[in-house]
Amino acid sequence: MDSNAPALTVRDLTVAYRDEPVLWDIDLTVPAGILMGIVGPNGAGKTTFIQTILGLVDAAAGDVRIFGASYEEQRYRVGYVPQRGSVDWDFPTNALDVVLMGLYGQLGWFRRPGATEREAARAALDKVGMAEYADRQISQLSGGQQQRVFLARALVQDADLYFMDEPFQGVDATTERAIIDLLRELRERGCTVVVVHHDLQTVPEYFDHVMLLNVRRIASGPVEEVFTDENLRLTYGGRVGFLRRRQDAPVPPDPVPHNES
Amino acid sequence: MELLHDLLTNYTLRTVALGAATLGIVGGGLGSYAVLRGQSLLGDAISHAALPGIALAFLLTGSKDPAVLMLGAAGAGVVATLAILGVTETTRVKYDSALALMLSVFFGLGLVLLTYIQRHAGASQAGLDAFLFGQAAALVERDVIIMALLGGIALLAMVLCWKEFKLLAFDRTFGASLGLPMRALDIVLTTLLVIAIVIGLQTVGVVLMSAVIIAPAAAARQWTDRLGWMVGLAALFGALSGAGGAMVSASMANMPTGPTIVLCMGAVVTFSLLGAPNRGLLWQWWRDRRNARRLRRETVLVDLYALALKHGDMQYAHDESALDAMLAWSGGVHVALERLEDDGLVTRTNGHRWRLTDAGVQQAQALADDLHLSLR
Repeated sequence: MDSNAPALTVRDLTVAYRDEPVLWDIDLTVPAGILMGIVGPNGAGKTTFIQTILGLVDAAAGDVRIFGASYEEQRYRVGYVPQRGSVDWDFPTNALDVVLMGLYGQLGWFRRPGATEREAARAALDKVGMAEYADRQISQLSGGQQQRVFLARALVQDADLYFMDEPFQGVDATTERAIIDLLRELRERGCTVVVVHHDLQTVPEYFDHVMLLNVRRIASGPVEEVFTDENLRLTYGGRVGFLRRRQDAPVPPDPVPHNES
Repeated sequence: MELLHDLLTNYTLRTVALGAATLGIVGGGLGSYAVLRGQSLLGDAISHAALPGIALAFLLTGSKDPAVLMLGAAGAGVVATLAILGVTETTRVKYDSALALMLSVFFGLGLVLLTYIQRHAGASQAGLDAFLFGQAAALVERDVIIMALLGGIALLAMVLCWKEFKLLAFDRTFGASLGLPMRALDIVLTTLLVIAIVIGLQTVGVVLMSAVIIAPAAAARQWTDRLGWMVGLAALFGALSGAGGAMVSASMANMPTGPTIVLCMGAVVTFSLLGAPNRGLLWQWWRDRRNARRLRRETVLVDLYALALKHGDMQYAHDESALDAMLAWSGGVHVALERLEDDGLVTRTNGHRWRLTDAGVQQAQALADDLHLSLR
């Protein structure tokens, strides 16, 4: 295995639901050790893109490499945070138990989580500021707290590459702060994090790289190079001005879609 | 007492009660997963679909051996489940429509086959239609042993794959991202559900069997927030209603066993929906009332405080009707004031006028600060 390999390489990825292309011919390289945001309008295929990389959705064509090898070989190096709305939070279980689920893959068949696993799960909850809620029934947590439980579940996976689907969706300011601090800490440790994001205003502040996606990859690369008004217009259609504060980061002069170098 | 004595001495009653308890345990335990996964109706479809399987098994073998008929029922249940999945995945028919479709088509086919059997297959045919509403009295020891054996295997499999099934029920996508074979787990769990249903058909019948899957689990969910407790409680409720229903129907003339068991389960569900702590309706009603009263007391206290501030005198006493007016005559002011008086926060001066005590002033100030009210 090549230790200098990019965290993620996607080549010619195409996904279709009944003839309708959801993702079209996507190429993407994500260098290791960065925070990357994926932005695009609703229905642009952001969730599908992540789920295809994780083998949850079948691709019609294309190739995905994680640290230079296939996902099946590298599964244990990948952590995943699905959208919070994708599960029933009235399920009879508590926060600690949900976090423990992150270890089910490593535990193997028929083995129950023991003291070591509990310890790891508690530590992960502590990392996201949820230690005191370990025994709380999950329906009694606020949306932000539920999101942090999901993050803790990914943290116990102790991965090198994380995929997070809208972790900032509908969370309170405290949680948003906690998540961004966590993302930066992960980057310090050399982890790579790919985040589906919806708030264009915070992209320059939160992320090193960004991919603009709308069925096709409009642009991807360092935020200061590709997060341009022109590219945003190409991604979201004409009316993008109000999506972005003008005083944010000076707009680079590059008017053409930036191709990955 | 007499019933208990019968239970120990009467072979038939003991067999039926044991059989009903067994199907209750298995149905309750595995039904918990069906309920949590939103698959209650799948249980109904599987049990209805079992009817043609039973009829076909009889037509093919000429045997009325319960083991043979159960095998037929299970086969048809699995075929129906696959058909539902197939229709959902390959056409634009939605899941609930596919369920209803398979349920009625299989059940209709079952009725047609039953009629055919009654017309053509000699004298020994009678009795198959007992599978419609169940015929518990016909249970013999061997049937109960088969039920216990199959049910035991199903429950054992459930315990072995506990964490995998939990993940399947809670977050299937995440489970798949961990590399667990979620589709295979789904098939195994659904097969276990088929077993739980099939072993109850002879006793409860295809029409009512889904209640055994849904009711104990729905009741158990009311009492606990832990999956393990829920499954255990559902099994307990299933066992108690099963055995209880069997005994009630035995102690009265012309009480059909299957429906009586289902009625017992209905009673457990009703009681749980109303009376369970936290989730029960009575509990919620009481909590809402308590909260409303506390809120009313706090409002009255802050209102008194606001009035006192206006008059620049914390000792200033006000008429009750002034407070009533501030709350737009929405009621409850008098009760609130009396409770506040009990707590030593307000005090009565000459009849109907009220003023804050020192403790009341402090508390009202704290409340106003909490709410960021600017009263000055």
